[in-house]
Amino acid sequence: MSVKVDVLLKQTCEWLRGTGPNSDIVLSSRVRLARNLEKVAFPHWATKKQEKETLETLEEAVRHIDLLKGSLFVHMAEIDDVDKQFLLERHLVSREHMMQPDSKAVVVGDKEVVSLMINEEDHVRIQVIQSGFNLQECWRTANRLDDALLKKVKFAFHPEWGYLTTCPTNTGTGLRASVMLHLPALVMTKQISRVIQAISKLGMTARGLYGEGTEAEGNFFQISNQVTMGSVEEDTIDNLERIIRQVIGHEENARKTLMKQNREVVQDKICRANGTLKSAHIISTKEMMGLISMVRLGVDMGIIPDIDRRAVNELFILTQPAHLQKIEGKMLSSTQRDVKRANLIRRRLEGR
Amino acid sequence: MTCDECGKNKATVHLTEIINDQITKLNLCEICAKEKGSDVEQHFGIGDLLSALSDTHAPSQGVDAPAMKGRCHHCGLTYDDFKKIGRLGCSECYVAFKPSLVPLLKKIHGSNQHLGKSLNPQFLSDQKVSSKLHEELEMAKQNLLKAVKGEEFEEAASLRDKVKFLEKKIRENKA
Ligand SMILES: [Zn+2]
Ligand SMILES: [Zn+2]
Repeated sequence: MSVKVDVLLKQTCEWLRGTGPNSDIVLSSRVRLARNLEKVAFPHWATKKQEKETLETLEEAVRHIDLLKGSLFVHMAEIDDVDKQFLLERHLVSREHMMQPDSKAVVVGDKEVVSLMINEEDHVRIQVIQSGFNLQECWRTANRLDDALLKKVKFAFHPEWGYLTTCPTNTGTGLRASVMLHLPALVMTKQISRVIQAISKLGMTARGLYGEGTEAEGNFFQISNQVTMGSVEEDTIDNLERIIRQVIGHEENARKTLMKQNREVVQDKICRANGTLKSAHIISTKEMMGLISMVRLGVDMGIIPDIDRRAVNELFILTQPAHLQKIEGKMLSSTQRDVKRANLIRRRLEGR
Repeated sequence: MTCDECGKNKATVHLTEIINDQITKLNLCEICAKEKGSDVEQHFGIGDLLSALSDTHAPSQGVDAPAMKGRCHHCGLTYDDFKKIGRLGCSECYVAFKPSLVPLLKKIHGSNQHLGKSLNPQFLSDQKVSSKLHEELEMAKQNLLKAVKGEEFEEAASLRDKVKFLEKKIRENKA
């Protein structure tokens, strides 16, 4: 395991801080921009030599950008599988970025707010993640970083079609804005599939935190824009924001309804989840996600007053497989992880 | 396995995709898959979209008819490669496959006109102006130092004004 990557383990990533607008329901906001060098083969189609040249060009550019001063520059080929998985769990790299790591790199800025993937699907993917409902700020930061890169390299751009990307689904703005929402009450009141259907009719997509379709793990749903052509960036974001605000409203109403009509049932669920997490000695990721979701709801609704949101948010990530192994500083089998996970949760929830 | 969408019919369409760090699996019945239509197609990758397009359109008006035999001069990717892997080879492919890409972009995005941020020449020329101002400022500062050392006070006074003027202009440009 790489010492270089260990630096991140000691800090909380910005998007888990549990602060910012609507942070009871919105975990994080993210904006990413896809950019490519002009007339250079896209990563999947490039020869090894071309890919290496792209990396060198972009590494040179990145090193001279003020916004990225003091960033961590990690070559994917230099780190092992646990480290790669660790970066994935922190939302700093994608699965695609973990495969065939030659000439791939990730640049991680201060507090992990800003990051870049080099030679992923596109030559550069700029990413900005913030805690809470904060898309506008994410966009402004990403835009500034894009401006800074534009001064150093020539991006592929066509006046009619905009930024040219490897996949035509990103052509135009190359912008994907997304928000991670915690929607336990909509799931409990069985309204979630209706909400998701409505969202997709409005040209947005919904997905889970680390996977799965509608039954998202831990009741987390990521909602993002689908279309990248035919509207300016600010409008794309406005549009998404408007829809998210409605979803937040539905979740708030569902929480109120639950408390009015099923108070005992909800309290029982939440307190049992808290009790299980505080006393379990073996726990899988899947079981944990469901229970922590309930505890988080309890914290947000004031049913569990002695735990803060940030501690709960951190548990979501610290208990992921690679994080557990980095914390322990060694490889762990899945059974060993279930024990370590339970230990860590118990300690954290007891405030130790 | 029952359909994720309606929960009634048997799921016969199984879709899996990895976007960034997200794996998505969707099991749908025939009816719901059709109903979800373009959402699913966009969500589940261009490969599916292309095959969906060729299924739903009559062959004569298929979107990829015109440039199907083409090859990008710059990177060597053929339109068939694109159809297979769902990814283009380089920025020049857009020009090479324009006749097929325009309707495809329109189908994906509902538009084939970029309205967002541009690499506009104004932006670039602003950069040039600003770097020229910086050069002038450096020059004026050096001359000012010389003038002060040489005790040419009248000259120094006018150079000081010039430095102030240039600094103000650079600040304005930044704002
Ligand atoms: Zn169905
Ligand atoms: Zn090409």
